[in-house]
Amino acid sequence: MAKKKSLGAIVKNGLLSENPTFRLVLGTCPTLAVTTSALNGFGMGLAATFVLIFSNLIISLLRKLIPDNVRIPSFIVIISTFVTIVELVMKAYLPGLNKALGVFIPLIVVNCIILARAEAFASKNGPIASIADGLGMGLGFTFALTLIGSVREIIGNGSIFGFQILPAGYESMLLVLMPAGGFLIFGLTLGIFNAITMRKSGKEGANA
Amino acid sequence: MNLFLSSAPHVHSPQTTRVLMRNVLIALAPCAGAAIWYFGYSALILMAIATATAVFAELIWQMLTGQKVRIDDLSAAVTGLLVGLNLQPQAPWWLAVIGSLFAIIIVKCLFGGLGDNFMNPALAARGVLLASWPVRMTSWVLPTGWNSYADAVTGATPLASPGSFTLKDLLLGNIPGTMGEVCKVAILVGLLFLLVTKTISWRIPVCVVATTFVFSWLFGNDPVVSILSGGLLFAAVFMATDYVTCPMTDKGQYIYAVGVGLLIAVIRNFGNYPEGATYAILLMNIATPLIDRFTKNRVYGHERKVKKENG
Amino acid sequence: MTGVTNILLFMVSCVLTHNFIFSRFLGCCPFLGVSKKVNTAASMGLAVTLVMTMASVITWCIYHLVLVPLDVTYLQTCSFILVIAALVQVIEMFLKKTSPALYKALGIYLPLITTNCAVLGVAVLNITDELNLGYAILNGLFGGLGFMLAIVLMAGVRERLETSKIPEPLKGFPISLISASLMAVAFMGFGGLA
Repeated sequence: MAKKKSLGAIVKNGLLSENPTFRLVLGTCPTLAVTTSALNGFGMGLAATFVLIFSNLIISLLRKLIPDNVRIPSFIVIISTFVTIVELVMKAYLPGLNKALGVFIPLIVVNCIILARAEAFASKNGPIASIADGLGMGLGFTFALTLIGSVREIIGNGSIFGFQILPAGYESMLLVLMPAGGFLIFGLTLGIFNAITMRKSGKEGANA
Repeated sequence: MNLFLSSAPHVHSPQTTRVLMRNVLIALAPCAGAAIWYFGYSALILMAIATATAVFAELIWQMLTGQKVRIDDLSAAVTGLLVGLNLQPQAPWWLAVIGSLFAIIIVKCLFGGLGDNFMNPALAARGVLLASWPVRMTSWVLPTGWNSYADAVTGATPLASPGSFTLKDLLLGNIPGTMGEVCKVAILVGLLFLLVTKTISWRIPVCVVATTFVFSWLFGNDPVVSILSGGLLFAAVFMATDYVTCPMTDKGQYIYAVGVGLLIAVIRNFGNYPEGATYAILLMNIATPLIDRFTKNRVYGHERKVKKENG
Repeated sequence: MTGVTNILLFMVSCVLTHNFIFSRFLGCCPFLGVSKKVNTAASMGLAVTLVMTMASVITWCIYHLVLVPLDVTYLQTCSFILVIAALVQVIEMFLKKTSPALYKALGIYLPLITTNCAVLGVAVLNITDELNLGYAILNGLFGGLGFMLAIVLMAGVRERLETSKIPEPLKGFPISLISASLMAVAFMGFGGLA
């Protein structure tokens, strides 16, 4: 837990040491579903980051006013407000991305990362630190989704962010764009991430 | 495949595994021979590539992870050869390589190696290849003779166009299809060898074929042509019988085999794919832990769960 | 869509071809988190099926009888999640009073279901796919049963993996995801059934 850490340390915490996707393994559904291309992963990550920052901020500001026993419903109302904003903005300005992400935009409401940060961080810390936490966690999520999206796009389509990078003769492996491939690439990435952290910290540090 | 290692915990006895695997390789020889006879040198090359890749992949994995190198138990060779036999004879070489790598590394080694995989590696690889490169996997050609690529004529498999082949062609294998599945006589010779050497029991292959026979007939197809078409017989003999991924008890094996046969008939008749054998076995592989659980202790209130499962 | 055949096809589609886990990626958190034991997985599956069915009915009614007439459909996400949270609370209290046995079996899973995206997912999909009330109920019920099938099969596989010599970095989530991947490959065999 970050008690009196610097803001930079809080952001870094979310990006790496407590990366929501790779270390805490939260929010698996969007991680699997929308990462069929780097851009989709990136877009989903940014949408979630936006919601995280603002819901963290508001919850942190209201943390002394919200009674403890209606805590969770209040959090959900605050979160869903920002999700609705994202939904409407995307529908208006990014209809293509909105269509690609589909049902997973409204489902940001039930993304466990956001509720978990509200409960574990924003309801106990000041607004500035909460923004930093939201930013760090959001960027960590975005990083993970973009990474998985890139891998899947390269193998499954020979391109990254829409730019063809593999030679035209490359016959893309369609499976990685299908659900089975989503599970597979996420599982392998997670395994590699674990292997790296385990090597770094000696024998300890595997999260199971 | 990976025979004689039912469930962990168990004691590895490489000698026994080796003998069983050797038997499977011998039993596969007629199919491999028929494939070369009908489809020529490309069949030989593909099988060699698939087998070599599988063995090397296992060797390298076991060396990298610091395990005892056990490729001499021949299980990787069997997997590789099965991957090869599950390809169409003019598939590009890299399909064989990717198939074998996937089978050995992802399906087998990541789960702990021989005996710990819950799915048949060669079939899982076929499923993956089929989903990834559907056109490459299903560009069937009529038998060509030794000169594989000269005058190759594309043709539909008996499943896609039933009635276009005589019963004799279906039996002898003078039809388009994957390398292993075409020659039914060769498969039956292999089956006979496996039964005589007690490598496998008759239970699973016979029940699978019988169930498909009955349901094909119920769904309004010619049942004899149905069981002689596609990969049913090959899969029932060589892949449904994998000791690691099928149930342990006799009763469990009946349930498993009937499930495979029924699913084959259902997928063939109502699904997207003309051949359901691959997916039917993979699906029953998944259900195997539950079948084992259910058939081992039926007192412990499992009745309800299994019913739900079918819902 | 009318007729018994269509309804049957729709059911098969919900359970097998458009399985919530293997093809729609909804409800992956409990699918990975509560699938260590077959018994608990079955209870979780049952609880999710119950909530999904009821949530389908209630959210459908709210959308078509309240939000549309008042022209406030932008409140969809917000109202749905609150209704689901309330519904879960009510079911929990109801079970506690009327059926202690069932409460004991499902109780601890119910709170988790509020944030199960399969529930909100089915509610939103019922609206975006423009299903009528009858199909919405079927979508909830059979979608839930499909989830149950997936999680019970997964638990069976994971119980088996417990004794396997899985490489250390892959233990836990990674190997579960890879298992799920192989299961999804097998489920592709159902493609085209409905």
